Order: sequence, then C-alpha cells, then structure tokens
Amino acid sequence: MVVPVLLLVALSAIIPLMTVVNYSVQDTFGNNEFFWVGTEWFQEILQSERFHNALLRTLLFSGLILAIEIPLGIAIALAMPRRGAWVSVCLVLMALPLLIPWNVVGTIWQVFGRVDIGLLGHGLASVGIDYNYTQNTLDAWATLIIMDVWHWTSLVVLLCYSGLVAIPEVFYQAARIDGASRWSVFRYIQLPKIKRVLLIAVLLRFMDSFMIYTEPFVVTGGGPGNATTFLSIDLVQMAVGQFDLGPAAAMSLIYFLVILLLCWVFYTVMTSHDNETQNGARRAGGSR
Amino acid sequence: MTTSRRMQYLKAVSVTAYIVFLLLPIYWLLNMSFKNNQEILSTFTLWPTDFTLDNYITIFTDPSWYSGYINSLIYVLMNMVIAVSVALPAAYAFSRYRFVGDKHLFFWLLTNRMAPPAVFVLPFFQLYSAFGLIDTHIAVALAHCLFNVPLAVWILEGFMSGVPREIDETAYIDGYSFPRFFLRIFTPLISSGIGVAAFFCFMFSWVELLIARTLTVTDAKPISAVMTRTVSASGLDWGVLAAAGILTIIPGALVIYFVRNHIAKGFALGRV
Repeated sequence: MVVPVLLLVALSAIIPLMTVVNYSVQDTFGNNEFFWVGTEWFQEILQSERFHNALLRTLLFSGLILAIEIPLGIAIALAMPRRGAWVSVCLVLMALPLLIPWNVVGTIWQVFGRVDIGLLGHGLASVGIDYNYTQNTLDAWATLIIMDVWHWTSLVVLLCYSGLVAIPEVFYQAARIDGASRWSVFRYIQLPKIKRVLLIAVLLRFMDSFMIYTEPFVVTGGGPGNATTFLSIDLVQMAVGQFDLGPAAAMSLIYFLVILLLCWVFYTVMTSHDNETQNGARRAGGSR
Repeated sequence: MTTSRRMQYLKAVSVTAYIVFLLLPIYWLLNMSFKNNQEILSTFTLWPTDFTLDNYITIFTDPSWYSGYINSLIYVLMNMVIAVSVALPAAYAFSRYRFVGDKHLFFWLLTNRMAPPAVFVLPFFQLYSAFGLIDTHIAVALAHCLFNVPLAVWILEGFMSGVPREIDETAYIDGYSFPRFFLRIFTPLISSGIGVAAFFCFMFSWVELLIARTLTVTDAKPISAVMTRTVSASGLDWGVLAAAGILTIIPGALVIYFVRNHIAKGFALGRV
C-alpha cells in the first residue's frame, strides 16, 4: 500500500537528488563531458565568503520570522472567538493571504511599499519617514519581514486555533474551580494542548522562510546590493544565471543538509519532553 | 465582570486590527485594478476616481492571459487527485500497522518538503525533458507531488487514526473484501479528512511558481508565470497586473469558503 507513495517519492525526490549529487562531484567543459573532481566544489563553497554571508542572512531572516510570527500567531488564536458566526468570517479572511500565489504576494508588496503609488510607502512618506525599500537596507529588510508576517502568520493562527478548539470545556471548568489565573490556564492547559500543532507550525514556518525565494526576488531582487540575497536567490543565480552547475549542486546539498539538521533539532527538542512523560507514565503504570 | 468584559473588548479589537492589516494590501491591489494606468502613476487616490473595468476586459479577451488561469487550474486539480489517491493507501498503512521507523513518519515525510525548490529546478527540468514531458500539465502536477504527497499522507493518517479499528474488523467479519470496505465504508468516514488534504494540496500547488515556471514553456504556462513575463515586457501596465493578481485570489477564496468548517479540525488530529 505504501508502494505508490514510494514510487512517487523516488520520481520526484530521490532521482533529482541523485542528479544533484552527481553534479556536485564533477566538472564539465560543455559537450556533456564530465570528469570527477571529488569534494573540490564542497570545499570551495564552504570556504567562500559569499556563501557564509548568504547563510547568515537566511538564518537571521528565519530567526526574526519565527520570533515574530509564532508569538503573534498564538496571541491572535487565543483572541479569536470560539463559536458563533464570526468564526467562519475570521477564518476565511485570515486564510486569504495563504492562497495568493507567491509572486503575486511579491507584486502586492512591491506596489504597496512604493513611495509614489503605494499606500504604505506614501503613508510613511507623508508622516515624514524617509522610507525607500529599493535603496535602504533596513527598509528592504523591514518590508520583507512585514510581508512575510502578513503572508504566513495566519498559518500559525489556523494551526493554534485548531489545537485550542480541541480542548474540552471540562479543563477550563476545572481551572475555574481551582481559581487558576489566566496565565496559568495558558501555561498549564492551553500551551501543552497546542504543543503538537505548534511543532508543525514552527517546522513549516522555519522551512518555508529558510527556502524563501519568489517573494524577495519579486520585491527586492536580492538588493539593495546583496542585502537581501538569501541562499535560495544566490543558488538560482549560480545555477541558472551563471550556469555553474558543480558549485551550485554542492551548495544545494549543503543547503538541504542545513535545513535537515535544523529541523531535526527543532523536532527533537520539542518532542523530547513528550516522550519522557509518556515513558514515565508507562513506567509508573508498569510498577503498579 | 468588568475585567473580563474589557478582555473581550481587547480581543475583538486585536483580531479586527489583524484582519484589517491583512486586507489593506489586498484592498490596494483591488483599488489599482479598477484604475487606468494614468491614474495609478500620476495621482495618489484612496479609491478609483475614474472607475474602469478595462483591465479585466483585457484579461478576459486575450487568450494568452486567460489560458494561464486554465493551465493553472488543470495542473492544480491533477495534482490534487494524484496526491490524495496515492496518499490514501499509504496513510491507511501508517495508521493501521506498526513498522520500523513509523514513529518518526511525520519527520521523514517532511524531509521531502525540506528540499528547497530552487535545488530541484534543474534536475526536474532534465528528468522531465528525458521523458518528453516538458510543457505538459502532468509534469507540473507530478513535480508538485514532491511537497503535497507528504502533507496529504500526514493529514489523512490523523483522520484515519480517529476511526476505531473495530470498524475494519467488523467489516471483514461481515465478508467485505478490502477494496470494497475501503471505498464503501472507510472513505465516507474520513471524507472531511480528504477535503482538508485536498485543500492543502490545492493551496500549495496553486501558490508555487518556481517549479511550474521552469517546467512549462507555452502550452501549460501557469498564470503566475504569465504575470511575470508581462511585467518584464511592457514594464508599466500596473492596472492589468493588479487585475490579474485579484483574479488569482478568487479561486483560493472560493476553496477556503467550502472547507472553512473542516480546516480547524484537520490539523488537530494529525499525529506528530
């Protein structure tokens, strides 16, 4: 029963990945002639300053995104009404940005931030703030981060909200009887109950922000200078722009391994406590 | 009582503020789509003073524009069907049987999603050109399975684990064969799960551009790629661009309206 999935995964993931591995250890002078270079490309990439800078920029971007979107998403989910007609309205409106093609998201913010024709740019300029995302590094970063918050916070909200509505009313009644404060209700009832969905939210947001390509490409094109050239933009420039297949393939693999490693860390940290309590319960059950 | 009422008030205000923040950029795009280029570029107006539908008429009368929408819808629907029908049996296996490594199923499936599309663009192009599939809808639909199948398996597994095993056993005792049991009894039980999985496949396939653009030339070109081409060619046709953008939002809005009551349930059931 798992065979179709395995076939599809082989076709869409493993074969392409093998192609990349193949490129990463070879060099070519065209004419489809390849020869073995071993780990040369990997060494070159790992030592290049361009790669280090792009990696740091991407890490910083993902870090900021997680630091803003996760708390904001939880807060909005907590503030959402639990029942009534407004729930549907809120859900539909909040999900809207998630369903806009990514380059359209880029276009929306490119226009929205323009000083001459955009609401945001014009508004900021009219209150005297010197804002220009095509020239000022800080403005470009702020624009990209606000854009991503606009685009993806709703995903965190939807996930957390789905966790929150699944909590049985009894839990809250018990808390009320105990006279629990709002904070302890959140800390000891709501947070543990939404931990699973929160893990998914963190993983998805981390992966997608780390792999972000289309939106910054449309809005800033990696500029001003190289200020918003994230790993993905750098990679596409190298592979498609300069056609340096070997280094690009090596970089792809390093990129993929970085994501894998960081996701594994998130996953282990966030589920480790879970396993402990489960094992503890099992042990307690066994001894009884 | 007053503190809790003030709290309610605060909650309503913050949710409203968040929604306004979400809608403002969309409003700005909508506003632009009803203006002509001269008004967009020369004056700053909060609503169209010279209301026009010309931008939309341009799109609906030019085949190179509206065929983009049709192409996008075709490969998105194909992807939904492939991803869900492949994911259904796999999810059933994961929810009913125990085998090595299934505890970390979620993580291993997600590694598929961790591969940056930028990494896969070139190999995909070579793979599909080897099969002669470049510029066909099926190529894009298959390529998008890379990130949609894992998600679909995972969502469906959550819903299936919510169905008690006794139902399977009773059906076998009653003499149902496996395919008949699966289609007649099991599938209806998890129909909302299928809806949610289909919704997420739709969502991630609809918004993806990089892979879709690379694998298509003309016949299967998605609308988002048509848009980028027009930006670079004519440069300043903001009105048409805005109208095209608004039209890309509509299918998503419709889909989410249909599944609105199930989305929240979808993730709560998933097993991590």
